[in-house]
Amino acid sequence: MNALAARRRHPAAIALLILLGLVVTGVGYSVLAPKTASATTASASQVEEGKKLFLANCATCHGLQAQGTKAGPSLAGVGAAAVDFQMGTGRMPMAAPAVQAPRVNEVRFTQEQIDAVAAYIASLAPGPAIPSPEYTSGENANVALGAELFRVNCAMCHNFAGSGGALTRGKYAPNLRDIEGKHIYEAMVTGPQSMPVFNDDNISPEGKNDIIAYLHAVDKQENRGGMALGNLGPVSEGLFIWVFGLGIMIAFAVWLGRKAA
Amino acid sequence: MSDNGTPHGEVVSHGGDDFGSDAVRLDQGHIEGSGGLPARFENPGLPPHVARMSDLSEKAAKRAEKQVATLFGIASLATIVFIIAYFTVDPEMTAFVPGIGEANPYNVILGVCLGLALLGCGMGAVHWAKTLMPDTEMVEERHPQRASDADRQRAVDNFLQEGGKSQIGRRPLIKFSLAGALALPPLALVLPLVGGLGPLPKDNLSKTIWKKGDRLVRDPELTPIKADQVTIGSVYHVLPANIKESHEVLEDKAKAAVLLMRLDPSIIKSKKEIDWGYDGIVAYSKICTHVGCPVGLYEQQTHHLLCPCHQSTFDVTEDCKVIFGPAKRPLPQLPIEVDSEGYLVARSGFHEAVGPSFWERG
Repeated sequence: MNALAARRRHPAAIALLILLGLVVTGVGYSVLAPKTASATTASASQVEEGKKLFLANCATCHGLQAQGTKAGPSLAGVGAAAVDFQMGTGRMPMAAPAVQAPRVNEVRFTQEQIDAVAAYIASLAPGPAIPSPEYTSGENANVALGAELFRVNCAMCHNFAGSGGALTRGKYAPNLRDIEGKHIYEAMVTGPQSMPVFNDDNISPEGKNDIIAYLHAVDKQENRGGMALGNLGPVSEGLFIWVFGLGIMIAFAVWLGRKAA
Repeated sequence: MSDNGTPHGEVVSHGGDDFGSDAVRLDQGHIEGSGGLPARFENPGLPPHVARMSDLSEKAAKRAEKQVATLFGIASLATIVFIIAYFTVDPEMTAFVPGIGEANPYNVILGVCLGLALLGCGMGAVHWAKTLMPDTEMVEERHPQRASDADRQRAVDNFLQEGGKSQIGRRPLIKFSLAGALALPPLALVLPLVGGLGPLPKDNLSKTIWKKGDRLVRDPELTPIKADQVTIGSVYHVLPANIKESHEVLEDKAKAAVLLMRLDPSIIKSKKEIDWGYDGIVAYSKICTHVGCPVGLYEQQTHHLLCPCHQSTFDVTEDCKVIFGPAKRPLPQLPIEVDSEGYLVARSGFHEAVGPSFWERG
């Protein structure tokens, strides 16, 4: 160790370090790249790893064979896409039983771990695979068509600007701001929680890419200088104007009608 | 006071200027009076004039003057800032604006300055009027509008005498043709108004453009749907294929929009729903039976359809029965089947009128 430390300023050390970095990156890429492309090519060891993670983190609710229990549904046939969506957005594992699993910003699993669990679940029964990046980037897409598809298929729950909205009995459609294209795609194919399924026959992969492009365009959309009030439409705007608009008008009416001291 | 007209503690003075002095005040409680209601209430007159601070002290008046000037000054200043911002701020720039977040400051500055300018003018004028302009009460008597009796009599005489000279009483032909000429022309004004209301609705409200054999097509793309493409848990937003030939696309779409869902047939409780569907694929009108909003919020797990406008909830497993909210009728189901090529088609049109109730709805 001392010998290594003593030579850390050697001219060759930088070159060696860069070489090491390149090797690690190259090996890492060759190991990871095929997996993200398609879940069906998962190696046996990855499935084994995924099973271990599943037993440790998921089996309490979903059962030892992912057959489902009273606390959680069966995961047979949900596919790698469902796992990648639920774990990748921090919804699973759920912190506590609730009406609906909320999105959590801090994802407690690395992408490799999520991929391993996805590979394990996908090995149980065929289901939707993790989508190809070609259709989740939102690039080379028709934003206008995406907006139309969004308004027809999604806007009634998720709001025209993707701000989300309420459903029945405490359930809600989450807001869609700043969501990775991959997760948007996966949610459409798998229909998580209350959401219905929009398979690739219903909305084609190109259509889904258009929708992703529209949502990304909404994310980037510049505020022209007004309070958006959550982009919730008439409800929040109406509430605001009834409370503040009418309040100010009443205050002025009182002031106008009062005699000066 | 429980009944009108009887003296119940209401002591009212019988004239004079002391109207307020022996009247019962509300905080004295119930007192049996001895007087009774007077035949006629006296005019209490104007309340005494209360002088304002600015009337009494020159200092207060000066202060009010300064306040008014400040308000007008704010208005001028805001306008000047408006003009400067108009020329100097980049309209495309974005920056952090407190209370709004990342926004376009150009619009914010222009809007706020314009608002302040108008508000300053208005508030200054009101404050000026309230503090410095004369505020003594004035009474202006209303003049009688009735003309003098002599004038009225002369008008009647004129009408009777001069009117007689026109021979209208002697010549009935003129009298009746004049009546007709005066009565009929207004019809020429009314007729185009009524005609301009458009054609009679006929059965437009009861019928949609769905008919037997129409393929179900996806909403924006208008492509037909195969039965095996509708997986369990799926929702398709559907229109009839003949919407392509429609001349009134929006009117027809507003009535013909349909929601296509696939459920596990074993959880469907209504036999009619299974019969009118195809292997768990069911099609329902998307138009709420309450006031016609599109019912599109389908919860895959509970099989509830929720209307976003007034929260009417329909249970898809029970033939879209209303389980919550103001809607009174279930959503009408569209009978569907599969044609020889495997595409979903309508077995017939809707069997009842879709959407909200209307007067002649059968």
